[in-house]
Amino acid sequence: MHRTLRAAGRRWLSSAATEMNMCTAINLTMKDAMRRNDKMVIFGEDVGFGGVFRCSVGLRDEFGRDRVFNTPVNEQGLIAFAVGLCVAGHDVIAEIQFADYIFPAFDQIVNEVAKYRYRAASNWDVGGLVIRAPCSAVGHGSMYHSQSVESYFAHCPGLKIVIPRGPYQAKGLLNASVADRNPILFFEPKTLYRNAEGSVPDEHYTIPIGQADVVRVGSDITMVGWGTQVDRMLGAASILQEEHGVSVEVIDLQTIVPWDVVTVTESVRKTGRCIVTHEAPVTNGFGAELTSTIQERCFLSLEAPIQRVCGYDTHFPLAWEEFYLPSVPRLVESAVKTMNY
Amino acid sequence: MNVMRRASVRTVRQVRRSTGLVDGPDGEVWNIDFTGHNSLTDNMAFKKAAEKPEPLYRVLDAQGECVGEAPDLTEEECRMMNKTMVRQSVMDGILYEAQRQGRISFYMTNYGEEATQIGSVSALKPDDMVYAQYREAGVLLYRGYEINKMIAQCMGTEEDDAKGRQMPIHYGSPEHHYQTISSPLATQLPQAAGAGYTMKLDNVDKVCICYFGDGAASEGDFHPALNFAATLGSRTIFFCRNNGYAISTPAVDQYAGDGIYARGVGYGIRSVRVDGNDIFAVHAATKKARELCIEHNAPVLIEAMTYRGGHHSTSDDSTRYRQKSEVDKWMSGPNPIKRFTRYLEKKNWWSKEDDKQVREETRKEVMAALQRQEKMGFWDPTELITDVFAEPTPALIKQRDEMLAHMRAHPNVYKTA
Repeated sequence: MHRTLRAAGRRWLSSAATEMNMCTAINLTMKDAMRRNDKMVIFGEDVGFGGVFRCSVGLRDEFGRDRVFNTPVNEQGLIAFAVGLCVAGHDVIAEIQFADYIFPAFDQIVNEVAKYRYRAASNWDVGGLVIRAPCSAVGHGSMYHSQSVESYFAHCPGLKIVIPRGPYQAKGLLNASVADRNPILFFEPKTLYRNAEGSVPDEHYTIPIGQADVVRVGSDITMVGWGTQVDRMLGAASILQEEHGVSVEVIDLQTIVPWDVVTVTESVRKTGRCIVTHEAPVTNGFGAELTSTIQERCFLSLEAPIQRVCGYDTHFPLAWEEFYLPSVPRLVESAVKTMNY
Repeated sequence: MNVMRRASVRTVRQVRRSTGLVDGPDGEVWNIDFTGHNSLTDNMAFKKAAEKPEPLYRVLDAQGECVGEAPDLTEEECRMMNKTMVRQSVMDGILYEAQRQGRISFYMTNYGEEATQIGSVSALKPDDMVYAQYREAGVLLYRGYEINKMIAQCMGTEEDDAKGRQMPIHYGSPEHHYQTISSPLATQLPQAAGAGYTMKLDNVDKVCICYFGDGAASEGDFHPALNFAATLGSRTIFFCRNNGYAISTPAVDQYAGDGIYARGVGYGIRSVRVDGNDIFAVHAATKKARELCIEHNAPVLIEAMTYRGGHHSTSDDSTRYRQKSEVDKWMSGPNPIKRFTRYLEKKNWWSKEDDKQVREETRKEVMAALQRQEKMGFWDPTELITDVFAEPTPALIKQRDEMLAHMRAHPNVYKTA
């Protein structure tokens, strides 16, 4: 049920641009980052030959085995190894092969990476670290190749979390993540590696971390999501406009932590209605944080309760993926109910 | 069955003779080098250890006699080493009591392990990076970190460079190339593997030393630390202080193999076991380890056998799980300070007057610092939100402002400047 997703990016008026998918955008961005900073190092499992999703193709050939290499199979080790490199003056892009396998590194991420600067009052820090991991549903991934893990980490102070929706965003956000002097978790919805295509400027650019993107302007209801969910929201918005005359404002959060409270609450104050949506299970998913803050700031503007259209509180199933996912029909139904509240 | 077995044995021998294949399969795909050896055997042997446990390298005997090769150290250097061990011990005594009196909230002593700390750091360059666990204050003291700063950290005052963020003894200092201590055990090991890797990458005359205990060596982080350092080639010295206890857990409950030494060997790492209470042995091994790291671009493991003379911390009472006679035995003759002092006295490089003077000076210094810090203020509460990120986020700023408004609205509840 995949279709090629055209990620809605900004029109770049002046400079040259190339059509590419999100995997290529990430690959070229990492190549560029390595060229700009000869102290940058990239590693992870199977990164050497190009990576299981091909995101690191060509890097070892250009930059050598000392700067681009495979680690043994150990996530807690490779994140900690990255910490050591960062505090000794290098920048690191560390790859976790699937977000589902990030959990052995949870202690190093929460107790070390996130706390390194705070406990040392900035005398030491791990600002040069970006951790990349493919996440979210891919059609056949089931429990251990489909998880969206942002909410586990959003709860931990000291980590920034970024999720791109397409190639243009991936390059801009990854460049910004590399430049940012804080540790960043960069979760890449893996289905978008091949399925999201778009025009990507050839020149270096960044998209600010902490800034949401209003992808579609509307007036009746606000939908907030990220990653793969953005295309689903846009699909629902088309149907709602054509079949129900409902004008939907679609927001791609882009950064989970720190999230753009201003853009989202301005939108909800305008529309008076809100749906928050993500693939991760609904209970204690990041939608809970969004819902709570939005209602706190926009209470008097709300015409209806905020809805969450999310994965159910089950593990990610293989056979029932289409029922589990917060799909276009579920979004449409939720919006119609909200309009009729 | 007998017939089958004889036939299979005959077949193997026939294969060997006919193909001239003496060595068996080539081990390259498994990263095992069988060159010069048979890769096959008819003898099924389950081995769980080397034939004997690895002995401890030792230079000074328990009476302080030099029975091995003394390291090339001057009188001045030796005096500095002994002085630092004594200073650490005196400071520990006063600060332990200070905790008992409620003047600091928590403390950990270093009794019995002074040689593991000062013996090793004295063999390194001042800018070699140090990752430590929590029982290595002597390393920092040797490098010149002020006692006043240590006590400021213990009390979390405004003279603490880390803004009073952590529990006592969680020191750190970029100036002294000492990474800030964190409470979780063994997390520093794979980080040290990464830091040591950069020293190879950058081709600098530096190594990274990483201290940890016998208990920490059981943690999950120990495994990738050694494995990554060995496979990727890190200039990291893994220095295990095997002091026999992890809080109340004795070594017999911690591991079944030949200590931590055997694990280094298992990971393909040059490893040595030393008498951790012999400062010369520790110094010599660390000096050699440093050379090996740089020469081979590879890690080295040192397992320093020692004894934890004090309780685990001020929250522990070790009389509940070990005999006083055992403590007394280890803290008498074999004690590192006593041993080295006897050696130095015989050489007339140290006197009883020196000892008395160092102890008195240190006592005065520690008391003065304690009194100074007790009068010191604390960092402003607005610092609560700094250093979470490089710059505070809008959410943090909002929370700080809410906190300040709350504090101002209740001046009787909150003491502010």
